Amino acid sequence: MHALRGVDLQIAEGSYVAIMGPSGSGKSTMLNILGCLDRPTEGQYFLGGDDVAQMEDDILSNVRGKRIGFIFQSYNLIPQLTVIENIQVPLIYQSYDLKEYMGRAIELARMVGLEERLDHRPNQLSGGQQQRVAIARSLINDPLMILADEPTGNLDSKTGLEVLDLIDKLNADGKTIVLVTHDPKVGDRAQRVIHMKDGKIDRDITNR
Amino acid sequence: MNQYQLISTIKLGVKSLMLHKLRSILTMLGIIFGVCSVIAMLAIGEGAAYEAQEDIKKLGSNNIILRSVKPPEDANNQNNSRGGFAISYGLTFADSSRILASIPGVNRVLPKRIIRENARFSSNYVPVQVIGTYPFYPEMSGAEVIAGRFLSVPDERFKQNVCVLSSGLAQQLFPYQNPLEHAIKVGENYYRVVGVLREKNMADQRPQSGKMEGEPLDNNIYMPLSTATTRFGKTIVRRTSGSMQAETVELHEITIQMLEDDAVLTADQQIRWMLKNKHEKMDYEMIVPLQLLMQARKTQQMFNIVLGSIAAISLIVGGIGIMNIMLATVTERTREIGVRRALGAKRRDITTQFLVETVVLSIGGGVIGVLVGITVPFFVTYFADMKTIVTFWSVLVAFGISGFIGILFGIYPANRAASLDPIDALRHE
Ligand SMILES: Nc1ncnc2c1ncn2[C@@H]1O[C@H](COP(=O)(O)OP(=O)(O)OP(=O)(O)O)[C@@H](O)[C@H]1O
Ligand SMILES: [Mg+2]
Repeated sequence: MHALRGVDLQIAEGSYVAIMGPSGSGKSTMLNILGCLDRPTEGQYFLGGDDVAQMEDDILSNVRGKRIGFIFQSYNLIPQLTVIENIQVPLIYQSYDLKEYMGRAIELARMVGLEERLDHRPNQLSGGQQQRVAIARSLINDPLMILADEPTGNLDSKTGLEVLDLIDKLNADGKTIVLVTHDPKVGDRAQRVIHMKDGKIDRDITNR
Repeated sequence: MNQYQLISTIKLGVKSLMLHKLRSILTMLGIIFGVCSVIAMLAIGEGAAYEAQEDIKKLGSNNIILRSVKPPEDANNQNNSRGGFAISYGLTFADSSRILASIPGVNRVLPKRIIRENARFSSNYVPVQVIGTYPFYPEMSGAEVIAGRFLSVPDERFKQNVCVLSSGLAQQLFPYQNPLEHAIKVGENYYRVVGVLREKNMADQRPQSGKMEGEPLDNNIYMPLSTATTRFGKTIVRRTSGSMQAETVELHEITIQMLEDDAVLTADQQIRWMLKNKHEKMDYEMIVPLQLLMQARKTQQMFNIVLGSIAAISLIVGGIGIMNIMLATVTERTREIGVRRALGAKRRDITTQFLVETVVLSIGGGVIGVLVGITVPFFVTYFADMKTIVTFWSVLVAFGISGFIGILFGIYPANRAASLDPIDALRHE
């Protein structure tokens, strides 16, 4: 029993891909492999030219930290840290000097509209605000690709739209986006929609 | 791991601990008590040992002290079933001269006769102990002549009726006068005061006062041994509730000064042997300060080992408390661990993060424990009037062990956190 089987997929740099499909069809599993959180039992996965499928744990950590930005359905901010500190977390694991990158962290906070709330803790923020912090955090290390697993799943439709607008803007700035969603309207924003079923790619539709 | 990471990891550790203040403090308590008790107990032990050793040292580590002891009652009742109440026991002049003549390495031998009497000057009447001894007594005891002179060799040879007062006694007998050249009455005779002597310290008088508890320690009258022997006789008659008892004791105490400390332990055996041959009864005791000192040190070592074990156990209990809490924390923060792994944290980074938290807890507990631990002996000294010594090394050891415990008991929870699979951790509710 495999969560994914016979998947052959290429995602171009700078593209915006939505993954859709029924529950249990393997969307999250796919995203985990793309994000180097999971390794396929068989097969290859090239990220920016390197086969990461069989890499060691430490190297995978590095790949995640440098090349991939994650946005989760339940935000996953670290509760004991402030907004600005949450944005800086990925820097710590790349041994970057936090002071040197302070300007960039504040810039990202401004981009997501939270420059007034740098010292707030996650429990002092609304869901939409938390998700925007998560977006800023995903960008701090300037990754190749942003992976978002139902980023609007916990938000009301208005706040969800704000978050999706932000993601559109990231794609317009040249970031590759892979987004899992159940909402066809969200899928419409993407250039390409991949439908999954029983661990296989069912349909692969390119919009426009 | 560079310094930015370390500093931010420590900051993060403190923040995470501050999130649950009460829990962190309770966890630290184990370590606090452990460290505090190590330092306080060692300080009290060290203080007690120091006092004991100082007392012994004051007896002179190159001295051997012999004292006459009344043999057990039942033994002499049998011996004197027909002789009534007269008993004769103790050290003799013969013992004294034999030791000086035949034990190698002996520098000087100082015999003493100690007699309880009353001294009078004008209307002042004071119970005293008369000590008949040789002119070199001050040199051997470290007492200081503060007025006049001590007894001289001619005094001894011609059995002069002269005496030297201890400073406390001088004040009682002569509150308003200079005691020098006055004559005081001791027993039946008058003696001219030629000097005043200040005892080195109280501990020094303990051996002289012997078993006469309740007597003022500083009421000493020194006179030539020959004078004391002639004037007071060898036999002392005691009246106790209707019955009379006559005791004949030649010398009450003999202090043997060896040339070197090393000679003490061999001379000790030889003297023991010699006295055993010459005395039928155990009518003397032998005090070897050097041996007492060595025993005291041994006792101190044992004491330290016992304390160390207790302290180690309490620190281990504290460590287990820390480990328990850290395991709970790891479970509670599984999601955070997953998030960090997704954001680029290596296993090592997670290990470090949790290890730092444990070490912060235990070092924090260690610091507080040290502070409390060095305060407690102060109170003990103040309220219980016991000498305490906080040594630097006890603080260092206690502190070092607490840090070590933190690492030891932190490794397992930290490794457990690091070994979590990132996906499982992220899915954790
Ligand atoms: N740890 C696991 N061990 C075994 N099977 C798993 C594990 N995680 C997921 N699966 C299985 O893999 C399949 C795909 O799961 P996945 O989470 O990718 O679904 P999904 O498309 O994301 O669903 P949803 O829309 O509900 O989030 C499911 O059949 C699931 O039961
Ligand atoms: Mg899913």
